[in-house]
Amino acid sequence: MPLKATLQPADAIDHVHLGILPSPFHSRTSRLNRNQLWGEWNGYASATYYADSHLEYFSTRNTCGVFDVSPMRKYRFSGTDAAAMLNRMVTRDVLAQAIDTVAYNVWCTDDGKVVDDGTIFRFSEDEFMLCCADPCFDWFCLSAVGFDAVDITDISADVAALSLQGPTSCALLKAMGFSGIEQCKPFQIMRFPFGSGDIMISRTGYTGDLGYEMWLAPEDAELLWDQLFDRGKIYGIQPMGDESLEMARIEAGFLAPDVDFHGSLHTVELNHDHSPLELGLGWILNFKKPFFSGRAALLAQKESGNYRRLLKLDIEGNKPADNSILYADKKCAKEIGYVTSAMWSPVVKANIGYGLVEAKYFEGPIWAEIYHQKELRWQRRVARCTRVTKPFWSPERAKATPPPDC
Amino acid sequence: MSKTPDIIIVGGGHNGLVCAAYLAKAGRQVLVLEAASQAGGLGSTREFAPGFRASVAHTLPQLGRKLVADLALESHGFTLATDAMPSVALSTSGDHITIAGSTLIGASDSDTAAYTAYIQLMQKFAKAINPFWHKRPPMIGSGGLRDALTLGQFGWKLRTLGKDDMRELMRMIALPAQDLMDEFFSDPLLKAALSWDANIGSKLAPRSPNNAVLALLYRMCGDLGEGLPVARGGTGGLMDALAAAATAQGAEVRLNCPVAGIIVDQGQACGVELADGELIRAPKIVSSADPKTSFLQLLGAQHLDIQFTHRISRLRTDGYVAKLHLALDSLPEFNGLARPDGRLLLTPDMAFIENAYDAAKYGGYARELPMEVVIPSLQDDSLAPSGQHVLSALVQYAPCKVKGGWDAHHNTFLDNAIASLERYAPDIRTHIIASELLTPYDLEQQYRVTGGHWHHAEFALDNWWMNRPTYGASQYSTPVPGFYLCGAGAHPGGGIMGAAGHNAARAILEEN
Repeated sequence: MPLKATLQPADAIDHVHLGILPSPFHSRTSRLNRNQLWGEWNGYASATYYADSHLEYFSTRNTCGVFDVSPMRKYRFSGTDAAAMLNRMVTRDVLAQAIDTVAYNVWCTDDGKVVDDGTIFRFSEDEFMLCCADPCFDWFCLSAVGFDAVDITDISADVAALSLQGPTSCALLKAMGFSGIEQCKPFQIMRFPFGSGDIMISRTGYTGDLGYEMWLAPEDAELLWDQLFDRGKIYGIQPMGDESLEMARIEAGFLAPDVDFHGSLHTVELNHDHSPLELGLGWILNFKKPFFSGRAALLAQKESGNYRRLLKLDIEGNKPADNSILYADKKCAKEIGYVTSAMWSPVVKANIGYGLVEAKYFEGPIWAEIYHQKELRWQRRVARCTRVTKPFWSPERAKATPPPDC
Repeated sequence: MSKTPDIIIVGGGHNGLVCAAYLAKAGRQVLVLEAASQAGGLGSTREFAPGFRASVAHTLPQLGRKLVADLALESHGFTLATDAMPSVALSTSGDHITIAGSTLIGASDSDTAAYTAYIQLMQKFAKAINPFWHKRPPMIGSGGLRDALTLGQFGWKLRTLGKDDMRELMRMIALPAQDLMDEFFSDPLLKAALSWDANIGSKLAPRSPNNAVLALLYRMCGDLGEGLPVARGGTGGLMDALAAAATAQGAEVRLNCPVAGIIVDQGQACGVELADGELIRAPKIVSSADPKTSFLQLLGAQHLDIQFTHRISRLRTDGYVAKLHLALDSLPEFNGLARPDGRLLLTPDMAFIENAYDAAKYGGYARELPMEVVIPSLQDDSLAPSGQHVLSALVQYAPCKVKGGWDAHHNTFLDNAIASLERYAPDIRTHIIASELLTPYDLEQQYRVTGGHWHHAEFALDNWWMNRPTYGASQYSTPVPGFYLCGAGAHPGGGIMGAAGHNAARAILEEN
């Protein structure tokens, strides 16, 4: 009997309903998602992985990978008060942000606790787009109280977005005809005619590597995908799922909401939320700005120095420290914190993670109590942790303009 | 003013003037900027028809002797036209009940006995709570000794009521007026009259929980007389004395000077910009305007935290009391009343008040309107030409945001109010020479107070003491260094008593 099975393409099976929304790229992503393994992100189907998460991860480090960021929440802020309103809401200086640039920001409660983080795109004096991982419209409306001339619109469904990340990303975009893209600096925006109108390309991403994000009308989404994959074959293009992105972002030193921190509006227990200082985001707190929401509380916290620290840790051994409790001593007598994210990093060749450590202990010795399985048997090991101050992965090419080989 | 001021006070209403007088008395250079051509705000006396004068606030139940003495107001011309105006629960049939301090005239024996017990209990409560109207509220969780002390004193005061009375106060404090009245009395007319002060000025009626007892105690905090005190020259007589007292202490009161905004530099309030563009700098700015105006208009949300701004914007500021002024060619006759020289309450029963409230809740108003009527010219001949009279009435309920707008309803409401008066004084219409109706919308426009609300923000338990106007600004200082509140939106609230102005001045002086 011949051993042969013919697999039907997933989108040919019409009686299986996902119960989640298709992104503008779904006709393409669903064809590639071999096991139809989807996670849910803001109601949209987001591939967990397409074929092999490690292979997808390596594309961001060696060639290039494509991640569908359409489920991101996108909000348009416009009107003569838009800049002032955003400037008061977020921690960086929006008034000083140049047109056609992007800036990573956080926004805080009155107590200086992080509500959420995201990126602000400035299109003109009075027009902005703000992108964040989770819905935040209610907070934005609250933040607009007292500002008359600002319109806030949820444009999430009106904008399709793809992230192209990895060392060959610039070369691929250039080959697709986006000439001049090599001159695009980190956090800058460029526009090109594409499909039925324009495509906006920003040099941004969530992998820490050279990369771009593309923003366009949903009706042009499939055209973009097809052109990327047609042209991209020789550039080693791969679709990326959630698992590979998670690995890349940990190496890059980026925070994940509901993993490394909880938005303040979603916590119940006292101090289960976080200030930007605790999360290592002191660098985006612009205290030169006379005012932003939470400024007084954050300044007091900064001056006191008495706050927890989310530390980047290099952990001895090779067993990922997921879910570990942190101690000040090898005997695990004094508990001082816990690990929020951890992994074995293939590019850095190190056992890395983030740990939230009590204020009194962050400069002293840190030990992680790691549980791991060996053929189903649980093993315990206590590993010494070393603080790392720079991102684990931060290649030169991510900052160079033009990037190498372009 | 030759020197630059130490302190600028925005708004020359009574709290602004009181605050200015205390600060000037302590040696501060104070400049008061008043938008109107006359100081005193809702307390000022204005001519509403040739020869006829009235003030929006018409009695002084909350004013204390200490303020009058502290600021030597009598030497600046303040005198009372009467210190013992009784309240009269008017009955259409002429069977009125007169409430004169702690005595009742015309009520049944059982109600009279109940009133003695009621007023004794209320006076005991009022006495316990009285010191706290004149003190800075504590801040919870500040860790400060003074805050802990104030809280401790409050607890101790309640405890010294005795176990039973303390428990009674705790039980009664949030009762609706109706439940309170039903517990003590049986006559519907008496119940309505006694419930009146529990709700007037707020968006509340006899069946509303939240502040009846508190409001009653608040209105018992004055000590100028057994009955209701009324100032000579209308409440404006008191305002003129306050302005004179402040000026005598060295403060300058500038009229016709609307402030457009507060100047904030590096997070610090440092001056004001007038509507005509003039800038005046001072290290401290105190606003007697309502909290919404103070924070959202004068200061601007860009200087304030997001959740704080939201709490300010959510303050309930819609006024529900209209003011009616009538110029009368002679004294009208009220059924069965020899001389209408009391505060007349035109409220047959609590359901009558509640029904008027129900209409207003949904943006309308009732045909028959409950009101309190005073004819101040009976005690003070300076308010009307000889032999003629001024009728001053507080009319409920007039929703600030009436459906269709007040332009369309002004005349109907006025007519309803006069018709409601006619039930008690049938010939009143024939005596009217001129009339002025000030709806909450008019009060907002003419006196620059959001919603035309007496108290600048609802006076209710959820908005009281350390929550007035909201936590973060309940100690007269605000989240913006150099910017302070001294108006009715701050503790303790509205009503002519000057406590907010006094407490704010003290808080500012203690800071140095």
